[in-house]
Amino acid sequence: MFKYLNPKRFYHAAGKKHFWEFLILAGFLLFFYGPLLNMIMMAFANKYEVPAVLPQEWGFKWWEFVFSQQSLVSSIVQSLLVAVITTACSMLLCIPAAYALARFKFPGRKVFMLSFLLTNAFPKLGIYTSIGILFYKYNLMGTLLGVVIIHMINSMMFMVWLPASAFRSVHRQQEEAARDVGAGPLRTFFKVSLPMAMPGIAVATLYTFLGSMEEAQGTMLVGLARIKTMPVEMYGIILDYPGQAGAVFAILLVIPAAVLIFAMRKYIGPEAIAGGFKMK
Amino acid sequence: MADRTVKLEIRDMTKHYDNGDGVEHINLKIYEGEIVTMLGPSGCGKSTILRTLGGFLDVSDGDILIDGKSIIDLPPEKRPTAMVFQSYNLWTHMTIYENLAFGLKLRKVPKATIDEEVKKHLALVSMSGCEKKYPTQLSGGQQQRIAIARSLMLKPSVLLLDEPFSALDAKIRQQMREELKKIQSELGITVVFVTHDQEEAMALSHRIVVMNKGVFEQVGAPAEIYDEPASKYVASFIGEMNFVNKDGKTIAVRPEDVSITQDIGDINGTVRTIMILGHYVEVNVQCGDTVVKCFVDREQSDKLTVGQAVHLKFAKYHVF
Repeated sequence: MFKYLNPKRFYHAAGKKHFWEFLILAGFLLFFYGPLLNMIMMAFANKYEVPAVLPQEWGFKWWEFVFSQQSLVSSIVQSLLVAVITTACSMLLCIPAAYALARFKFPGRKVFMLSFLLTNAFPKLGIYTSIGILFYKYNLMGTLLGVVIIHMINSMMFMVWLPASAFRSVHRQQEEAARDVGAGPLRTFFKVSLPMAMPGIAVATLYTFLGSMEEAQGTMLVGLARIKTMPVEMYGIILDYPGQAGAVFAILLVIPAAVLIFAMRKYIGPEAIAGGFKMK
Repeated sequence: MADRTVKLEIRDMTKHYDNGDGVEHINLKIYEGEIVTMLGPSGCGKSTILRTLGGFLDVSDGDILIDGKSIIDLPPEKRPTAMVFQSYNLWTHMTIYENLAFGLKLRKVPKATIDEEVKKHLALVSMSGCEKKYPTQLSGGQQQRIAIARSLMLKPSVLLLDEPFSALDAKIRQQMREELKKIQSELGITVVFVTHDQEEAMALSHRIVVMNKGVFEQVGAPAEIYDEPASKYVASFIGEMNFVNKDGKTIAVRPEDVSITQDIGDINGTVRTIMILGHYVEVNVQCGDTVVKCFVDREQSDKLTVGQAVHLKFAKYHVF
């Protein structure tokens, strides 16, 4: 059996080209999934000391620990609350903007679209600091609203660009046909344009939700440790507890993302995302 | 014509686009139960006129009346017109039934009546039984049938068709043309049809409006336009036409009105090409700088050879 794993035999069996492809893929997989596997392993380790490869003792000790901490459980609720509010507000604000960008030609339209890139171009920390000054002035520091605003700023680019491209793919005739059979402008939007652009909007919503779930920097700075979402708690855990608690918490953070991505796997793809970045 | 009622009237209508294009001082009366076709090359303003009728473009000046009432202040959803576009008529997230029922639901028609109407109109366009399908499961021609059915269900005063068949392939286009004509004569509905296909216009219409660069070149019945073209433009746009310069004038003659003889004719030339097109033969004759196209029967073409000197006689012609 081990005879056939001899690199020389393997090289000739796989062929020259495939051998190198295989090696690169193996390296890539290790690089990508290695840390993940390690994390999962750590989460189920009761006892682990550094030089060993495998934990000295397996078990659910740290899971019990995490769930027994009141602050950790409440942070999960807090995170979901912030994410839901952010997503809802973002939709209300960005979808009409996206529709306007897709349908109406107005001067400065391209500049407007590019401006969403700016918030992502600057170092985040600098933006948060300057926003902090404004927030102190308006008493938004340490409030839920303040955190939601920070999260919305981060989500804006996706939330405008993706739905705008989705609306652009709805043909004008389809809207005109709805007007023609007797629907007013509002009804046309809600019954025809919006449902037909739904796949793109769904992807954008997903990104907004997930982005909000994992946002830590801004939440920490603006939330003043009063708004404790899961990623904010994570900082504390990494500092205060052994690595196993962090691993358990990281898996908990992954669950909503994994569930949502799985539920919407049909809509998430290179095309859907690339479509959002067409500047037309 | 005089005893028929005017269904739609366009009065001195002007529509300018920001870039200066548009149509000016359009006057047209369309009678009840008539199919009127706007025919012209792309960019001639035919779609502009149709879109002002449907309410998708507002007019700069003038008036549009349906049944004697002005409609220019009404939005598309309030107008008694129904429009079928060239493509993308249907809403892909709804089934065929939902597509058809949409307009009637807005009008608060009871469900039983809607069911009945959907069934009736699907039968009318020979698409029975596809209620549960989605538009993307249908071919282009079938989608256009559904779009026509949807428009007819609203019982519009005037049906507007904006090149509804031009995205379809030739065979289906002919079939759809024939069916539309049958449906129109059954229902007696007034139709304004826009096309750039002169054959389609000839086949369908009671009257044709030939347009060029925003103006009406000629308005008349198909035979009238074919036999008595009012201008050189109409003559060249409708059907096949030879233009021969003679004594400083342009003579326009249709290929079927040219006969090839050995006697003295109107013009002399040599046979250039002979092409069999089925039951008739196209013979191109080089006469000086111009090539004259003639349609002759098989029997006569068998006696001709390329390079042969012939005389051409014009049975019917126009001088411009």
